[in-house]
Amino acid sequence: MTAIPKFTRRSFLVSSAALGGGLALGLRLPPFGPAVVRAADGSPEITVWVAIRPDNTTLIRAVRAEMGQGTITGLAQLIAEELDCDWNKVVIEYPTPGQSVARKRAWGDFSTGGSRGVRASNEYVRKGGAAARMMLVQAAANEWKVPASECVAANSVITHKPSGRKTTYGKVAEAAARLEQPKDVPLKDPKTWKIAGKPLKRLDTAGKVNGTMMYGIDVKLPGMLNAAVKDCPVFGGKVKSFDAAQVAGMTGVKKVVQVGDSGVAVIADSWWHAKTALEQLSIVWDEGPNTKASSADIAELLKAGLDADQAFVGNQAGGDVKAALAGAAKKVEAVYSYPYQNHACMEPMNATVRWTPERCEMWGPTQNGEGAFAQVLEASGLPADKVDVHNVMLGGGFGRRGTYPNDYVTQAVLIAKQMPGTPVKMIWSREEDMAHGRYHPVMQCKLVGGLDASGNLTALHMRLSGQSILAAVRPEVVQAQKGRDPLSFQGVFESGEHSFSYTVPNLLIDHAMRNTHVPPGFWRGVNINQNAVFIECFMDELAEAAGQDALEFRRKLMAKHPRNLGVLNAVAERIGWSKPAPAGIHRGLAHLHCFDSFVAAACEISVKDGNKVRVHRIVAATDPGYAVNPAQIERQVAGSFVYGLSALFFQECTVKDGRIEQTNFHQYNSMRIAQMPKVETILMPTGGTVWGGIGEPTICVAAPAVLNAFYRATGKRIRSVPMKNHGIELV
Amino acid sequence: MRLTINGKSHEVDVDPTTPLLWVIREQVGLTGTKYGCGVAQCGACTVHMNGLPVRSCSVPVSAASGAKITTIEGLASGKTLHKVQKAWIDHDVPQCGYCQSGMIMAVAALLRTNPKPSDADIDAAITNICRCGTFVQVREAIHAAAKAA
Repeated sequence: MTAIPKFTRRSFLVSSAALGGGLALGLRLPPFGPAVVRAADGSPEITVWVAIRPDNTTLIRAVRAEMGQGTITGLAQLIAEELDCDWNKVVIEYPTPGQSVARKRAWGDFSTGGSRGVRASNEYVRKGGAAARMMLVQAAANEWKVPASECVAANSVITHKPSGRKTTYGKVAEAAARLEQPKDVPLKDPKTWKIAGKPLKRLDTAGKVNGTMMYGIDVKLPGMLNAAVKDCPVFGGKVKSFDAAQVAGMTGVKKVVQVGDSGVAVIADSWWHAKTALEQLSIVWDEGPNTKASSADIAELLKAGLDADQAFVGNQAGGDVKAALAGAAKKVEAVYSYPYQNHACMEPMNATVRWTPERCEMWGPTQNGEGAFAQVLEASGLPADKVDVHNVMLGGGFGRRGTYPNDYVTQAVLIAKQMPGTPVKMIWSREEDMAHGRYHPVMQCKLVGGLDASGNLTALHMRLSGQSILAAVRPEVVQAQKGRDPLSFQGVFESGEHSFSYTVPNLLIDHAMRNTHVPPGFWRGVNINQNAVFIECFMDELAEAAGQDALEFRRKLMAKHPRNLGVLNAVAERIGWSKPAPAGIHRGLAHLHCFDSFVAAACEISVKDGNKVRVHRIVAATDPGYAVNPAQIERQVAGSFVYGLSALFFQECTVKDGRIEQTNFHQYNSMRIAQMPKVETILMPTGGTVWGGIGEPTICVAAPAVLNAFYRATGKRIRSVPMKNHGIELV
Repeated sequence: MRLTINGKSHEVDVDPTTPLLWVIREQVGLTGTKYGCGVAQCGACTVHMNGLPVRSCSVPVSAASGAKITTIEGLASGKTLHKVQKAWIDHDVPQCGYCQSGMIMAVAALLRTNPKPSDADIDAAITNICRCGTFVQVREAIHAAAKAA
C-alpha cells in the first residue's frame, strides 16, 4: 500500500488556522506576463484546486469540511487522479471562505451535508486537476519546443516520449501558472483510475494518534480568554436578569456578559474557571411561552395529524387510495413513531473569535464555512472584506455543525465583541450541548395497506405527522413549495435522489406538518431514519398479512426499481435468506433509495430472555454509482450503523417543562465496542451519470432490519423508537 | 502543586479540586487529551496514572500529585510510536479522531496488563464512546498491536 502522504499539523495550522495573518491567496505578482496567484508558501497556483511547490509537492485545496467521513481524502484522490501527481507528496491546504468570497467564490460550495461532499463537487474538482495537468504538460512542451501531444505525465513527472526527456511538475509550475486555463477539459474514464477508486489510507491520520491534530476546542491564540455559556434552557426563553457581582471575585473571572437575548457567558482566564463561575451564577430567566410543553403533549399534537384532513402530498404515483383501500380483501394498519435525538458529537460545540472594530475572525468547527462566514458577518457588524472564518478538524459533525442559523458561531462573536481585541474561546459543556441541540425531528406515521385476495399489495397510504426541518431552518424553501417540506419524504418521495423504491397501484404518501418549539436539525441521514423504519417494517407487516416471505413480497413490487432490487438481492444472498437461519438466530432486511445511492441491509440477531438483543452480523450493500475510496466507504457503512443502532436502542430526548431532560451520556447512551456487530459491506457501484452519497444512506437500513428480525425472534412488533422504552437492551 | 506529566515536572497553581483533564489542557497546555462529557462516561479524556487508565475529567488534580502521568503526547518513545499508535496507523482507525486519544490510551493500558486480550477481554476493558463508530478497526488494530509485541 502507498505510504501516507504528508498532512502535517504545521500545514494545517498555516493554511487553515492561519493565526493572525490569513493566506496570501489572491496576491498577484507584478508585472511580467500574466499574473500568478500564489499559495501561502509562495508556490504558484496552477488552478484553484492545485498549487505546486518547487520540490514537487502538490498542494491540493479543499473547502468541504472533514469531520471523519473521509471526504478530504476522497476529493484529493479525484484531483490527484486527473493531475497524475505523486500521491506520496500531497499536502492539503484549506482556503478560507473570506478568500473564496474575495475571488468570486472560486472554490464553490463549502457546505458539507446531505452526503454531498464528494458527489456534488466531483466534476469541478476533477476538472481542476485535469486542467492543471494539461497546463503543466503544455509548459514542459513549450520549454522543449515540442507538441504537448508528444508528452505524457505520471507521478508528477513529464516525459517527452520521442526523446525521453523528463522534467517535473515542480520545475515547470511557474511557467504553467502563467498559461491560460484550457476550456475543454476531458476527464478520464473511471475504469482507468489508479488513485481514485482505490482503498487508499486517509491523509489525516498521523495527527489523530499522537494528540497533535487541532480541533476547535484546542485553538490557542496569544492572550486568549475562555468563555462558558448558558442559554435559556426553555427554547424561546430570554434572560431576565443576572448579577455579575455574584461571581466577579471568583478565581480567574474577567467578565460576565449577556449573549443575545437568551444567553449569559462568563469569561475567564481558563475554561474551567469560567464554567465553575457560571454554575455559581444565578440567572433569572423569562422562560417565555413554552414552559408547559411536554413530550406527551407533543405526541398528542402529532397523533391528531395522523387523521387530519389537510396534508402535503409527497407521492401520489397513481390510483385512488381511498377507494382501493375500501375495496381491499384485507386491510393492515399500524402507527409508528420516532423521537427527538441529539447529535451528541464527541467534541461539544465551540468557537474562538477575535473581534476588533476593524476585523473579526472565527476559528472553529463548521460543516459550512460560508454559512459560518455569513453568521460572523451578521453578528460582527463588519463588511465581508473584514471578516473571515478558519475551519479546523471537526470532532464529529453529523449535521449538527451545518444547521443554520449556526447558533454557537453567533454566540462566540457576540461574546468576543464584548472583549474587543481579545480572542475568546467559547466552549459548551456537554450539558449545554444536550440542552441546545438541533434535534432529529419527531415524527409519527400511520400506514394503511390493502391486499387483494391473492395477497398482492393494491393500495398504500402512508401518513406522516410531525416536524419539518426546512420550515425551521430554510423557510423560503417551504414557502416556495406552498408550505410543503419536500425533505420530509426522503426515501419515499415521488422522484429524485430520495425516491420511493416500490410500485404500488394506488399510492398516497402525505405529511401533516406539526411543528413545535423544539429546534430541529439535520441529523445524519435526516428523514430517512424514520421513513425507512416506517416503510420497511410495515412491508414486513404486510408480507406477514399476505402470508408471504418478506423478501418475495418486496420483490414483486420492485420490477421497476432494478438498482434497489440489486442491493436487496445482494444482501439476501450473502446472508443466506433462502436457507433457514442457524438455531437461535433471526433475520431481518430492509432497503431504501436516498442521497442518490441504493442501500440495503440484512442482519442476524439473537434475543435472550425476550429482551436482550445481540446483533451478530449485518450485511450491507451500497450502490453509489461510483466508489472513490472503498476502504473509507466500508468505514462509513460500519460507522453509520453505530450511530443508527445507538439511536434505535438508546436515544431519545424528552421534553418536560419546555426543556430537554437528558443532560449527558448517562441518560443518552451510545454503543460501545462490546455491542458492535460484524459488518460485511458489499460495494456494488453500477456507474451511470449520477454519483450517490456515502456518509448517510446506509444508516437508515440497520434499524428496520433489526426491528424486523426482533419480530421474528419474539413475535413482538416494536413500532416506536428507542427500544429501551420497551425494556429492550442491546448486549 | 507539582505534577509529573510525560516525564516532565510541572509546577501548577490551581485549586486542588480542578479536574486533572483541565489542568493538563489549560495549565500544562497539552490538548491531545479531550473533553467529551466531564462525568467519566465517554473516556475521551483517558490518561495513564502510574500506568493505569483513568478518566481525567473525574480525577481531582490533587489526587494526581506525585503520580506519574502519561498523556497521548507522551505515549511514543521519542520518535518511535507506541505499538498501539502504529497499529492505529496501519489499520487506518480514526475517523474524526476526537475520541481516539482516549481510546488509544485505554488500549495501551489494557495491553500492558493483558498483552494478548481476547475479544471478550476487549469488550470488558474498552468502554470508550466513539460516535463515528470506528469499533471494527479498533478491534482489528488491538489484535494487531498485541501480535506486534
